[in-house]
Amino acid sequence: MSKVARAWREYPGKYNLEGTKCGNCGTIFFPRRDFCPKCRREGIGKMQKHRVQREGEIFTFSVIYEAPACNSFLKPYAVAMVKTKDGVLVSGQLVDIELDKIAIGMPVRAVLRKLDEDGASGIIHYGFKFVPIK
Amino acid sequence: MRDVAIIGVGATKFGELWDRSFRSIGIEAGMKAIEDANLSGSEIDGLFIGNMSAGRFINQQHINALIADYSGMATHNIPATRVEAGGASGGVAFGQAVMAVASGIHDTVLVGGAEKMTDLDDTSINTIMDATADAEWEAGMGLTLASLYAMIARRVMYEGTATRDEIASVAVNSHFHGALNPAAQFRKEIVLEAVTRSGPVADPLGMFDCAPITDGAAAVVLCPLEEAKKHTDSYVKVSAIAQGSDTLALFQRPDITRFGATVAASKRAYEIAGITAADISVAEIHDDFSIAGILALQDLGLYKKGEAGKAFLSGETRVGAGKVAINTSGGLKARGYPIGASGVAQIAEITDQLRGKADKRQVANARYGLAQSVGGTGSTVAVSIMEAI
Ligand SMILES: [Zn+2]
Repeated sequence: MSKVARAWREYPGKYNLEGTKCGNCGTIFFPRRDFCPKCRREGIGKMQKHRVQREGEIFTFSVIYEAPACNSFLKPYAVAMVKTKDGVLVSGQLVDIELDKIAIGMPVRAVLRKLDEDGASGIIHYGFKFVPIK
Repeated sequence: MRDVAIIGVGATKFGELWDRSFRSIGIEAGMKAIEDANLSGSEIDGLFIGNMSAGRFINQQHINALIADYSGMATHNIPATRVEAGGASGGVAFGQAVMAVASGIHDTVLVGGAEKMTDLDDTSINTIMDATADAEWEAGMGLTLASLYAMIARRVMYEGTATRDEIASVAVNSHFHGALNPAAQFRKEIVLEAVTRSGPVADPLGMFDCAPITDGAAAVVLCPLEEAKKHTDSYVKVSAIAQGSDTLALFQRPDITRFGATVAASKRAYEIAGITAADISVAEIHDDFSIAGILALQDLGLYKKGEAGKAFLSGETRVGAGKVAINTSGGLKARGYPIGASGVAQIAEITDQLRGKADKRQVANARYGLAQSVGGTGSTVAVSIMEAI
């Protein structure tokens, strides 16, 4: 089933925040890229797997009240852009957090959670979400 | 390269058009534009159509063939091309058509934009809109397009370049003009509190910060500038078209309080037209979310960073009030946002402004007008400049 393949090939990024680092200039990319937009040809073949740091701080956030059907049971829920300790920005949901206590600069960590599922008998998608560091 | 003129425009009413099909609204807009240009239709030798997602909205692919067929153009076997660039579909389609005429490949071209959205439920529609962001790493992680713009708004407020009230006043401005446009979806002025107290969609943005779900179509007719007079006395010159790109995902950019694609496209457009931002008297900008209006005015160079919000809140963006009138059509917020149609409808509004046909929302003595059409969170931006003759 194609949906399985689509989910499976992104596991390294979704589970482990695996991106890439350019062997030419050192820039870290998430999600992975096959070549470095800064180095272009000089970076081809020099991209290395790189796991982005799971800890970082909230760069900006929103609380979602109107959501796609697959996430409607979560409403309201929070999402954020997080600046990791690598200096890379990553987007994801914020969970285990009081919605009115969220603030820019708050330290968070990526954990593995259920993202959504393809109906009752379909596959369940897992991926990272961010939780506050107590 | 030849100079290009817009010699006719047409549009349907925008709104929830339950009784109208995709093909019916598309054809109405095209026929009105051809009539406005004093053509019979047989002069048209090329068709371009901006459409984002007929495949998902009405389960119809191959939109270019459908429009060619039902506009009667297929009997002449003329080429028809559908352009998709998310919310910028209409603006990019216009640019492609201008290039076709400027290059000499085509002589008389019809550019249409159409979207039929209300055949689906609101949740499905929003899911399709969310797919103009990064489907894998934004929408796939639970983010919505509204939440991405909300996160931009949050960051803008945090950095202090606009307040919540200033952001909300973008919608107030669009509704002020929508009340003056008989073809607008919402012909009603609103007060600031109606926006700031509207039901939350993605905090800090509420329902009234977001453009509505709309059915509608718009079209314009192009020909070489030197041939425009043969058809009509009422035409405008296309001074520049330009387009810019940026990362698909918002989080891949170091600064989310500006759209680099708008900055790049407008800089190029001003160069081509041989003018500066100060020469623009009227502009249609892509206010799919209120915060986008703040970014647009700043990125287009019409206002300095931190000044756009003040301009909206003070009312100086209204027709006759300041140096540049913004969204005299009602913008995406009040005129309505039939996605692929909006970029073309903006061109039609600017054309009417520059040839003195904008009725109650007419900007006096406008020489240059600008249109900005945006896809996703600024991943594609088309900027066009028109000049009065
Ligand atoms: Zn590099």
